[in-house]
Amino acid sequence: MNDSRTFNWSGWLALALLLFMWEYGSRLNPKLQLYIPSISQILVTLGQLISSGQVTAHLLITLRRFVEGYLLAAVVGVSVGVILGYFRFAHSLLEMLIEFLRPMPSVAIIPVAILLLGIGDSMITAVTVYASMWPILVNTIDGVRYIERTLVDTGRTFGLSRPRILWHVILPAASRYIVTGLRVSLSIALILVTTAEMIVGSQGLGFFILDEERSLHSSAMYAGIILVALLGYCLNRLFLLLENRGMKWRRGMIAREAI
Amino acid sequence: MRDSRLNGFLFLLGLLGVWELVAEAGWVNPLIVPPFSKILSSFFSLIESGQIPWQILASLKRSVVGYLLAAAIFIPLGVLMGLFDAFHRGLEVIIEMLRPIPPPVVVPVAMLFFGLEDEMKIFVICFSCAWPILLNTIDGVRNIDRVLLDTARTFGLSRQRIMWRVIVPACSPQIMTGLRVSLPIMLILVVISEMVGSTDGIGYFILDSQRRFKVAQMYAGMLALAILGYGLNQLFNLLSRLLLPWHERKVD
Amino acid sequence: MPVLEVQNLSKTYRQLGGETTFAIGNISCQVEPKEFVSFVGPSGCGKTTLLMSIAGLIAPTSGRVMLHGREVTGPPPKLVLVFQEFNKSLFAWRSVLGNVRFGIEARGNRTREAEFRARSLIELVGLKDFENHYPWELSGGMQQRVAIARALAYEPEVLLMDEPFGSLDALTRLELEDTLLRLWEELGTTILFITHDIEEAIYLSDRVWVLSRRPSQIIEELRIDFSRPRNQVATRAEARFMEIRNRIYRRISNERAV
Repeated sequence: MNDSRTFNWSGWLALALLLFMWEYGSRLNPKLQLYIPSISQILVTLGQLISSGQVTAHLLITLRRFVEGYLLAAVVGVSVGVILGYFRFAHSLLEMLIEFLRPMPSVAIIPVAILLLGIGDSMITAVTVYASMWPILVNTIDGVRYIERTLVDTGRTFGLSRPRILWHVILPAASRYIVTGLRVSLSIALILVTTAEMIVGSQGLGFFILDEERSLHSSAMYAGIILVALLGYCLNRLFLLLENRGMKWRRGMIAREAI
Repeated sequence: MRDSRLNGFLFLLGLLGVWELVAEAGWVNPLIVPPFSKILSSFFSLIESGQIPWQILASLKRSVVGYLLAAAIFIPLGVLMGLFDAFHRGLEVIIEMLRPIPPPVVVPVAMLFFGLEDEMKIFVICFSCAWPILLNTIDGVRNIDRVLLDTARTFGLSRQRIMWRVIVPACSPQIMTGLRVSLPIMLILVVISEMVGSTDGIGYFILDSQRRFKVAQMYAGMLALAILGYGLNQLFNLLSRLLLPWHERKVD
Repeated sequence: MPVLEVQNLSKTYRQLGGETTFAIGNISCQVEPKEFVSFVGPSGCGKTTLLMSIAGLIAPTSGRVMLHGREVTGPPPKLVLVFQEFNKSLFAWRSVLGNVRFGIEARGNRTREAEFRARSLIELVGLKDFENHYPWELSGGMQQRVAIARALAYEPEVLLMDEPFGSLDALTRLELEDTLLRLWEELGTTILFITHDIEEAIYLSDRVWVLSRRPSQIIEELRIDFSRPRNQVATRAEARFMEIRNRIYRRISNERAV
């Protein structure tokens, strides 16, 4: 990331220029209006949708599904990850299974989920959990497995029992890997929720955007996209905020970014 | 180590065996979870009939084009942005605005412009793979050791030669990382775009099979997809070893 | 009555390829309470393995270690080991104060008095202004001091130190040697020290054991009776210092040449 201390004049200027060209390009060419409505039009539509509460309902639905899926994935991913990272035998059993499941894109699980759970909220939450769990699981396993031997020995020489070593030494040491996994999963969860909503058509921003496209209401479609991007942005910032408060000691280590 | 792989293998076999028994015995609804043997036979007959290969090819065609397009656009862009800070700052805000857009929601936009054609999927994939490729390339160029550049200059190399002989090789591992991270993204997005708006491709095939309640076929499609994902990974690893034999990498 | 007794300790490793490494041959020695003793030997002679065995972190192949007359079968409660790689041993997620408090918490002590003890130890090692810093913000020498403070916070009777100053620059090393001696004299801990630096061993210790190459055995024991407190200039200037040093050096060189 760039040093954000100095205000990025050129960056914002470039954006303003782009928006300017968009606005007037669109206005000058009415035929293009369908595909690329002018910014002002999109913003007006956005305002209308928000004030009429139309899109807010969808937004909240998407948000709720996201939170449910993500949190559940985090709980499952971290706990299973710790177990598999700590108990080599359990890990060796499941290693092959994990290797086989990983290359398959998680979205392919959607049709199965539809069969099993129908087209409601539980299905969307389920696929979100499935997909978001992987980066968390994999990074947690790595973080716990590849702990420095010296660190564990330090715990031992201070007379700590195995459970205490796990809690006081291994988990904190693995935390930066776990946090990386949690961060990657944030985007994946949002991807899955919106995708499932598009495929299954049961409310939510994903459905909204697709629906507006189908009715050729392009302004509304773009407005929806802006909203979902804002949602993703806010979730990311929130995460970074929490991360920075909890991880003052980090020096910016890079852990495995598995998708 | 070999021991643990054997464990995993046996466990997997065991699981499959249990699956088979449970499905045959009817403890799970065979309409939802058919026996694994049935899935396998469906898989092989679909290969024989050419269905699966055809769908896979359709998906591959559009995904590879999208992927390579993203590479062709965003690697050079990333290099430029990495080298010239002014350029980087200029584009930075725009990029930061576009990045939070979850790739799937671009599908309706692409559908608006391109309908259900291949171009639609190519556009989606190109957009989605852009960020990892771009950001990793920028990082790779920026993190080139100052010492390396200074060494090249003390040897009196021209800017051209520094570019090709020093900069490109030095940042290629990081570029490779961007490409490697984009590979699963490419696969995910081609499946998504096919499920939302397509008439062919492996993603469409899986969803369509589900809609027609051809359940064994659906699972067979998923199996094919998993194999595709695995195959692409191996291919990529092979290529990266060939192209960058000098670079030590962590075993993945 | 010796506080620590090593009886016929030996350790062999079987590698994955089937090779056997004879790390420790046969080592026996006794350490009296409050003594400062050192092991020196050629590199790779198994010094770390020896210390890890005494610390109860590795099980010996044969022989045993007795602490206060009781056999060591796992990390014993009154003993603590300070590792060579301090950057891998310190807890990156805890501040200096947090790390040192860990030594006290490990004892089960969480009282206010514990916090006070931690702070005074930090002051003793000279890091008073760095209590709230994190390990990555400190230099190597400072990090090792934190590790030492943490170990001492545990109030061990026996302190094992595995080449603690090995990766530090020469000047820091001298400084820490004196710091350690000061702490030792104040706290009365028994210290077993490993180093490849012969002069360091002589400077610090009451006794020095010279180890052979693998499988290591004690080939010489020397009593060092320079007056205490030792002085970096005066003690090292004594004629006998060099004599002892040369003697040990020759023994070790022979081992390396073989």
